[in-house]
Amino acid sequence: MEPKLRMVLPDQGLLKFYEQMFLAREFEERCAEQYTKGNITGFLHLYSGQEAVAVGATAGLHHNDYILSAYREHAQAIVRGAEPRRVMAELFGKATGICKGKGGSMHLFDPAINFMGGYAIVGGQLPIAVGLAFAARYRGEDRITACFFGDGAVNQGTFHESLNWAQLWQLPVLFVCENNFYGIGTEIHRSSALASIHRRTCGYDIPSEKVDGMDVIAVYKAVRHAAERVRESGRPHFIEATTYRYRGHSMADPGKYRSSAEHDLWKTRDPLPNYAKRLIDEGITTREALDAIEARCKVMVDEAVRFAEESPWPEDSEVYNDIYV
Amino acid sequence: MSEMTYRDAINLALKEEMRHNPSVVVLGEDVALYEGSFKVTRGLLAEFGEERVRDTPISENTIIGVSVGAAMGGLRPVAELMTVNFALLAMDQIINHMAKIRSMFGGQTFLPMTVRMPGGGGSQLAAQHSQSLETYFMHCPGLRVLYPSTPADAKGLLKSAIRDNNPVIFLEHELLYNSKEQVPEDPEFLIPIGKADIKRPGEQVTIVSYARMTVLALQAAEELEKEGIFCEVVDLRSLAPLDEGTILGSVRKTGRVVVVEECWRNCGLGAEISSRIFENCFDSLQAPVKRVSGLDVPMPYSRKIEKICIPDKESIAQAVRDVASGRY
Repeated sequence: MEPKLRMVLPDQGLLKFYEQMFLAREFEERCAEQYTKGNITGFLHLYSGQEAVAVGATAGLHHNDYILSAYREHAQAIVRGAEPRRVMAELFGKATGICKGKGGSMHLFDPAINFMGGYAIVGGQLPIAVGLAFAARYRGEDRITACFFGDGAVNQGTFHESLNWAQLWQLPVLFVCENNFYGIGTEIHRSSALASIHRRTCGYDIPSEKVDGMDVIAVYKAVRHAAERVRESGRPHFIEATTYRYRGHSMADPGKYRSSAEHDLWKTRDPLPNYAKRLIDEGITTREALDAIEARCKVMVDEAVRFAEESPWPEDSEVYNDIYV
Repeated sequence: MSEMTYRDAINLALKEEMRHNPSVVVLGEDVALYEGSFKVTRGLLAEFGEERVRDTPISENTIIGVSVGAAMGGLRPVAELMTVNFALLAMDQIINHMAKIRSMFGGQTFLPMTVRMPGGGGSQLAAQHSQSLETYFMHCPGLRVLYPSTPADAKGLLKSAIRDNNPVIFLEHELLYNSKEQVPEDPEFLIPIGKADIKRPGEQVTIVSYARMTVLALQAAEELEKEGIFCEVVDLRSLAPLDEGTILGSVRKTGRVVVVEECWRNCGLGAEISSRIFENCFDSLQAPVKRVSGLDVPMPYSRKIEKICIPDKESIAQAVRDVASGRY
């Protein structure tokens, strides 16, 4: 028997999870629409299906903690507190974007909310997370560093180098692997000798666990607990969150390497409707109240799209700015 | 002033900057307990302790990545890669991360970090340990690249690099570590980044060079003077940004120029410098630009044949004679 939701968080917090997950989903689906219209160009990797990981994990961290992620990071930035309209403007390549239109979908960054970047070389952010954790400890700052990456990153050298380093230097890093089972089109058993990712950390003596990444409450509890452990011990910890992306690797990928049966099975585990049902079943909210939340999110994303559309392009002279201090 | 080696001048720069700013940390393979593969970090661990002087695993890409993160988090890391050859293992973090982060994140962060790399050939270390890879870094926007030829320059430039708020590649030539000269002891002695130095003034032929090639160029110039050929030796010091003004100013004066590079000739920095000279002061030239370069071969071990792969005093002198006499 799962514990009642109210034993985990007060109603307001529980409803916020739903709002954040819905906002993330809505944002991504509108991105797909804007990509089809040609307003968003380049690579676009959508997060639909994985929302419980970003929402649960972010809630389990302190606001002062650093977060780094890979290139499927819109939701992580928005859930952390990035303004949806400035993220959308970034995707449109506009001057009002969160990185002035220079980063795009894969490189969101907002130091005001300690969101230390989306990185698009697989595994590239892991050593940087270790360095941030070192700097924080050196400066006596009360913060840990949470580093998100996909299952594709675990066969990169930086994964192994960074785990070894974080444990060797005893640094407060929480590694969170979002295992959606596919590195682009290669299923994990075709790329990894040991597909049970959390077991790989035994080589570095880093404690690890696996959590259901389709369950926002499970992710929240695991990350909150792990983050406290990292904070208290000053040592790394590792979480593997199993999840699924409902769309292809990017908008350029029709995802033909996955069966519809597999997709349908994971659809039954969709974190949004399942969590909505729990909220209603436990009497925390009503369908009507959730409808109102959803309507609010849609307005916010509408506004984000309008802001992006109406925003100016960067000036040509801008290309030479921000390269050197 | 006191006489010291290139090695000790770099060592002193590190110590002074660590005393100057508690955010400066030194990390790399064997830099702490072993005091550096070339003993450049001697005495650092004893003076500054284990938190600031840190041995790392043999994980070059992550040495740079951790330094990038540390710089983003408010420190001023000075990483040592044991030799420039191993930087090739770290090119992802150097080129895709260190050089890009400020720009791709819209200028919202900066990386005040320095990466020291001993390099160059001439010690019979064969193909994997004798490379001159300076152009690899010069090619990439977002980096500064420095390569001193003298102990005083090494000290002043490294101090500027550590104080600079941009990522700096600081190259050190392995064969210069024991070279000596008078070096200012003033802890505020700095050499600005982006300024070449005319190491020897002259009227007839400009020799543009850097690092160990400058030392050889000066030896060649001394010999040539006896033959009545007066050379101006421009020591680049800063490879990125290049001090185009000093290069072009000298060429406009002499009208004849030899560019000396230790790196491979193909796409070498001599090609870039020659191109800038042709584009900007073609009318001043009395002879085509001549290049003296490393041979386009993987470095052989045997000292008999290694020698012919690297420019030497005689090959530089001969190039100058050719340019001066019109035999080009």
